[in-house]
Amino acid sequence: MTEPGIFSLLWVLIALPLAGAAILLFGGRRTDRWGPYLGVLTVCTSAVIGVLMLLGLMALPAEERSITQTVYSWIAVGSLQVDFALQLDQLSMVFVLLITIVGALIHIYSLGYMAHDPDRRKFFGYLNLFVAAMLLLVLANNYLLLYVGWEGVGLASYLLIGFWQYKPSAAAAAKKAFIINRVGDVGLSLAIMLIFVTFGSVTFGEVFGQVGEASEGTLTAIGLLLLLAAAGKSAQFPLQAWLLDAMEGPTPVSALIHAATMVTAGVYLIVRSHVIFDAAVWAATAVVVVGLITIFMGAIIGSAKDDIKKSLAGSTMSQIGYMVFAAGLGPIGYIFAIFHLLTHGVFKAGLFLGAGSVMHGMNDDVNMRRYGTLKGLMVITFVTFMAGYLAIIGIPPFAGFWSKDEIIHAAFERNALIGVATILAAGITGFYMTRMIAMTFFGKARWEEGVHPHESPKVMTIPLIILAIGSTLLGMALLFWGNIESWLEPVTGFASEPTPFPTWVYIVVTLIVVIIGAIIGWVMYARRPVPIEAPRGSWLTRAARKDLYGDAVNDALVVRPSFALSKALTIFDARGVDGFVNGLAGSVGAISGRLRRTQTGFARSYALSMVGGALLVALALVLVQS
Amino acid sequence: MTFPWLTVLGVVPLMGSIVVALLPKSRGTLAKQVALAFSLVTLAGTVAMSLKFDGSSSQPFQFVENYPWIPSFGISYSVGVDGIGLVLVALAATLVPFVILAGWNDVDDSRGSVKGYFSLILVLETLMIGVFSATDLFLFYVFFEAMLIPVYFMIGRYGGPQRSYAAVKFLVYSLVGGLFMLAALVGLYVVSAQEFGSGTFNYAALVGLDMDPNVQKMLFLGFFIAFAIKAPLWPFHTWLPDAAGASKAGTSVLLIGVLDKVGTFGMIRYLLPIFPAASDFYAPVVIGLALIGIFYGAYLALTQNDMRRLFAYSSMSHFGFIALGIFVFTSQGMTGSVVYMVAHGLSTAALFLTAGYLMSRHTGSSLISDYGGVNKVAPVLAGFFLIAALSSLALPGMVSFVGEFLVLLGAFEVNIWIGAVATLGIVITAAYVLRVYQRTMTGPASPDVTGMRDLNGREITALVPIAALIIVLGLFPSPLTNVITPAGDLMLAVSDHMPDIDMAQGGGK
Repeated sequence: MTEPGIFSLLWVLIALPLAGAAILLFGGRRTDRWGPYLGVLTVCTSAVIGVLMLLGLMALPAEERSITQTVYSWIAVGSLQVDFALQLDQLSMVFVLLITIVGALIHIYSLGYMAHDPDRRKFFGYLNLFVAAMLLLVLANNYLLLYVGWEGVGLASYLLIGFWQYKPSAAAAAKKAFIINRVGDVGLSLAIMLIFVTFGSVTFGEVFGQVGEASEGTLTAIGLLLLLAAAGKSAQFPLQAWLLDAMEGPTPVSALIHAATMVTAGVYLIVRSHVIFDAAVWAATAVVVVGLITIFMGAIIGSAKDDIKKSLAGSTMSQIGYMVFAAGLGPIGYIFAIFHLLTHGVFKAGLFLGAGSVMHGMNDDVNMRRYGTLKGLMVITFVTFMAGYLAIIGIPPFAGFWSKDEIIHAAFERNALIGVATILAAGITGFYMTRMIAMTFFGKARWEEGVHPHESPKVMTIPLIILAIGSTLLGMALLFWGNIESWLEPVTGFASEPTPFPTWVYIVVTLIVVIIGAIIGWVMYARRPVPIEAPRGSWLTRAARKDLYGDAVNDALVVRPSFALSKALTIFDARGVDGFVNGLAGSVGAISGRLRRTQTGFARSYALSMVGGALLVALALVLVQS
Repeated sequence: MTFPWLTVLGVVPLMGSIVVALLPKSRGTLAKQVALAFSLVTLAGTVAMSLKFDGSSSQPFQFVENYPWIPSFGISYSVGVDGIGLVLVALAATLVPFVILAGWNDVDDSRGSVKGYFSLILVLETLMIGVFSATDLFLFYVFFEAMLIPVYFMIGRYGGPQRSYAAVKFLVYSLVGGLFMLAALVGLYVVSAQEFGSGTFNYAALVGLDMDPNVQKMLFLGFFIAFAIKAPLWPFHTWLPDAAGASKAGTSVLLIGVLDKVGTFGMIRYLLPIFPAASDFYAPVVIGLALIGIFYGAYLALTQNDMRRLFAYSSMSHFGFIALGIFVFTSQGMTGSVVYMVAHGLSTAALFLTAGYLMSRHTGSSLISDYGGVNKVAPVLAGFFLIAALSSLALPGMVSFVGEFLVLLGAFEVNIWIGAVATLGIVITAAYVLRVYQRTMTGPASPDVTGMRDLNGREITALVPIAALIIVLGLFPSPLTNVITPAGDLMLAVSDHMPDIDMAQGGGK
């Protein structure tokens, strides 16, 4: 153990929530009463340790801010030597804080949200597992151990999306999320293998140190495989189809998946592997393209959904698209990808938990066409939601403004065309988010009968308030007080290129576009009455309601052919392979049937074959003698 | 004279089976208790032996015993284990007690006797320990063939409605394979007689044979067909779904989880070192069959409605992975294959035993469509089913992942495309595994499962050690890899695939 002081507790960060999960899940009903509180306690303790570690790191000079803790030798076979080893540096530090602090708030909120669920002990067990797996993912010092966290996150999301698994739709959504992620896992598996074959190691430090010796073709292949992996976890095109169905889970799960864990993993993977992408231009370009496509797909889907959670899910796709896009830009973008990831983590958690609070007051209805004018009835939810709203559309000084603006600026540093695209997408964000708040908090009441909207209990609103403060201040805090750029630069590198216009021009243009989008949304959904039955809509709206046909494409290209092949092979196996062998066996059977006439029963025929064998042995002896 | 560990471990269950068989027919419960006690003693002995195994020893085999048996034919009773044999002996000894415990109420006196079933299990344990520790090829062959007898009766007497057909099919397949092997064995004997002056079945001597490549190619086939039927590779597999479909859960665990491993074990222990040139020659064919098997089995599993057949096809897919790892001739692939064998044994046990519990609660039906929403009424059962399912899909953190990743990496190192294609299998595996879980365990509780009681203490006790091993060995695989890798590397070295190991250790090459 070379790590000093607080850093010797690195493994405890993961062990605490993992132990919580184990106690809650294997402890059975006897832990029902106090289990949820234990679940909250473990994550809160990890958050405290995380903060202490941040202070510890800040006390060190920048070049020493990377601590490795080798716990034990995990897999050692021939040249493959993989340790169970953790690495804390500036990049994993910010993830640790995001995961544990936002995770802790979501845990606390869930105490209220899940108060009446009979299985809430399990729920907290799964949440703990989620946090533990995500921490392992960002703290692993090598790709193979990262894979364990990666898949642990997948497992936890499977369990949580399918938490209400008596609902067939929830069970199906959970399975879908896992299987689509499994496609991404193929990418990660192959990337790890290619990395090992190329560099003889899977440890980050050793791999990145040798990147210069590998051919660009190999690096491009590794980069594209990592991108495939990232697309699965981060719901990027073409593996985005699971995210919208994942709303089947309880709302705190959506907050956890969309803000602190899971979807951020892909961005982490790309930024962590930036040395590889820096040396593989085409792979980086593919990252930009995937990100850009997803920015628009998510925004368009978010604009058409009437389900508040699905609309938010579309917005997550789009915002994660921004991060992936920024990560593809190279050193001019890595830091801002992470910056946006952090601010988004906070304001998206706030928005999802706010949506949960709205649902809580509306008998779990998610249809925004059945909401309206809730601003006076759920004041805290409304105010905190507005903070998240202003943050996500990027109004200064709210958090999202700073981070998104940096990404847009970085885009212009690279290429004016993609810069314009990111501004347009920001305008769409302004539109769909305004549509959401207009339909939910403004306009006229369109409630179902018997619904009595009410504010949520304190255990839910206090996390909302904390997240709203974060949504307001975090951008400034990270940029000016936290010096996020110089903090991350030792890990990710940083570069800046000149742009034709001064920075304020891009800021002003972006703001104008966003406000235009917001005004359109306001006019369409706050000034005009919102019909309870959704109008038919344009072809684009109809396509967006169907998730831009993501499922239809998957069905036609993958699912149905697979099942058809399976059926065909089943017939082939019965008639072809087995039929052939049975035919052969039939003729053998006819012979042995004759032999059996005098001697019934299996033991005899077995003896017969032994006799046959003995004859062969005898024959051999004769051959040997001669 | 050192303690004869392996002989004792083989004799204890055999004595147990005799004691059980001699009990009066009416004392069914006592028979089970005695059987369990003997299997636990065997397990304790195996643990003690494993702790004495020296992973860093330069001796290829440990716990060696050697007595002449039929000297005129060069046949001896000689046993010993390398790291690979050791973990497979341990796998057999570990699973038997839990199979007995899990199958406590699986048989009654309606067909055959209760004591008969448990007596057969113990006989089978003796033979499994024997087959993995024999170091004389004739002795190996005797164990190899003798294993058929208890399994035949376990299927044919205690199985489901299709038991007769399944048992005979299993037997015919195995006998055909056995005959091929016998012929090749005789051929090998002849070759050894020509080279040494007198024939021998001694393993170390046979490894040292300097055989003509063309002769190797012929004799290889004889052994290979026997092994490819046992650990079914495409297209030798069709007996397996029928056998699994007609067997008791415990029979399936021992058959698929342990006994079938003799096939892949035989490939490592006998094909590679004795027929190195032929192994090279046939490697592309075997790899081809393995790849076909991976996908063929997985795709068939995707739409099976019968759980037991589904698990059988899934095993066929897994055997494809194992064979692939062996025939790419890399250290990672070889170690991965053996770890995979252990992992598959544990996963298979967890899957079949949990499914067996489920079926025993609902008319014995193994049809997926007869179940739904079990998680709502029996969450503990569903939880174990999920652990088994995740182990089957090789979730990172479980021991099956270690095996699967090493196999894929081993293949990838040799040929990127083979590794890449095989890796695609992990998606289909997830699809069929989670499909079973979704169909049986989730959704609203179907009328058929309402009122189903959850697992009792005995049933949980049988599963907990297996589930614990799956997870603990996934996080700490070094107890396995530390003993497997040296043995696997040695097998590769004596078959000229790893030149940097001292050949003298390989038994005279």
